Amino acid sequence: MNPKIANKIADAVIYILVAIVVIILALLIGFILITGIPHISWHFLTSVSQSFSAGGGIRDQLFNSIYLLILTLIISFPIALGSGIYLAEYAPKNWFTSLIQTAIEVLSSLPSIIVGLFCYLLFVIEFQLGFSILSGAIALTFFNLPLLTRSIQESLESVPDLQRQAGASLGLSRWKTITGIIFPIAIPGIITGIILSAGRVFGEAAALIYTAGESAPAISYSNFNPFNPASFLNPMRPAETLAVHIWKVNTEGVTPDASQISSGSSAVLIIVILIFNLGAHYLGKHLYDKMTASK
Amino acid sequence: MDQIKAKLMKPSKETKQETVGKIISYTCIVAIMLLVLLVLYFIISFGMSTFTKNNVNLWSFLSGTNWSPGQVDAHGNPEVGALPMIVTSFAVTILSALVATPFAIAVSLFMTIIAPKHGKGFLQAIIELLVGIPSVVYGYIGLTLVVPFIRHLYGGTGFGILSGTIVLFVMVLPTITSLTVDSLKAVPRYYLEASLALGATRWQTIYKVILRAATPGILTAIIFGMARAFGEALAVQMVIGNATLMPKSLLTPAATLTSQLTTGIGNTVMGSLPNNALWSLALILLLMSLVFNIAVKFVGSKGDLNK
Repeated sequence: MNPKIANKIADAVIYILVAIVVIILALLIGFILITGIPHISWHFLTSVSQSFSAGGGIRDQLFNSIYLLILTLIISFPIALGSGIYLAEYAPKNWFTSLIQTAIEVLSSLPSIIVGLFCYLLFVIEFQLGFSILSGAIALTFFNLPLLTRSIQESLESVPDLQRQAGASLGLSRWKTITGIIFPIAIPGIITGIILSAGRVFGEAAALIYTAGESAPAISYSNFNPFNPASFLNPMRPAETLAVHIWKVNTEGVTPDASQISSGSSAVLIIVILIFNLGAHYLGKHLYDKMTASK
Repeated sequence: MDQIKAKLMKPSKETKQETVGKIISYTCIVAIMLLVLLVLYFIISFGMSTFTKNNVNLWSFLSGTNWSPGQVDAHGNPEVGALPMIVTSFAVTILSALVATPFAIAVSLFMTIIAPKHGKGFLQAIIELLVGIPSVVYGYIGLTLVVPFIRHLYGGTGFGILSGTIVLFVMVLPTITSLTVDSLKAVPRYYLEASLALGATRWQTIYKVILRAATPGILTAIIFGMARAFGEALAVQMVIGNATLMPKSLLTPAATLTSQLTTGIGNTVMGSLPNNALWSLALILLLMSLVFNIAVKFVGSKGDLNK
């Protein structure tokens, strides 16, 4: 075949495939937003969910998702930061480091249902934490750690070596150089990484069904005692998140308006994740400009 | 003099700081290692208990086609044949990867070589958003759009491998695309320029130079996509139909390893045979995830351009 004709055909095929993908994606996002946004109202966001009658909202689920996200970040960030510093600054090139890298890769590729079942076994049953926000946060930590460690490591590694040499020539210890010089420069990258991983955690459901549970008991938002079972701050209460709620009303629920609730909740999830994505992008850029005097 | 000597002999402030720092970062990394080992240990030990405690034959577990763990067959052996789930899991994974790969390669060629301007802005943003969409949302869309569509088109219930494949296709497409884009970008620009300078058309350049150079990267992308598809639980569970039968066609309800785990664990008693059998399914999932990891390592080490 004439190469020029082949070139034209190949171009046409690629354009058609890309067009199909774009149509699918537009349909997908359009469907979620168009069917979902009409259901989002102040009432939907602020009322309690109903199991057997229509008109339920997602107040508790939304709050649980956010609370779980915050707890997860509190647990996982320090560990990820330490590991990221180790991998970026201290790790020698030897078998042990490559073993660690492999372990992190294995952790990041574990199916989330496996992580969920493991945490169910160890924390919910063995340690008797029960279906609770704490168990859920630990499960999400497993899920979050590899992502966060990788992004922290990458943002630390992207700091030029000149900065480390400058620290060393001032007689600073390596640890002081890291905490005083390298870490502040890497903060914009680290924050971007945190926000992106937060988006993942926010939508995770498979790891939560058997750890944070599928029920949302009534909670009081005026009770600030975290040890009171009815308090919204109590980490030991079972908590259904938004993503789990979507799954439940579609598979096990008997709610008459399941499809309205699901489309509304899906739209809320997508919008939150969109905000996380855009926020990560702009905040990272803004902080970078501000802290490095590049503007 | 003695004072100076004492000062010189003692570790300096910097050394102490250094020790503290090292201890902190070592602790964190060791914690992660321990977590991974714990997961592996627990899943493996629970997964093996079907074979060690309940004395189920490994081969009959892997090749049996009847899954009703509460009952026994004519010979008094429990009916735990996991083959239907294994076959379905592999079917949806391989089919969705097969369908998604040409689309992913086309989109990434479009984004990197044909129209890099469009690629950087609009498509990139969309792909990033799609990677982030939670799997339950995909499952919900599959349930409300794909399943009724299939039912309308081919009759039956609409639940089955075909619906699962379509949902997974959309889920793995962004994963494969973004990794393929990375590997196409890693091909040195002078490869492209040299080929064009020799008078090759764009397609000849793409087909004979770029794609060849990026093959290991693209394979890695496909394996990552397959790993995601294989481990995906809820989206598949919502559209596959959850019938633990040997799949006869793409349209009959079936069950994957993950969907069976999702629906089953809550309904069985800890330590009983039905529960242990589910842990064995989890063990298969874990082993497959390790296999995907090893495959990525293998492909990656084969195809390093700098070697």
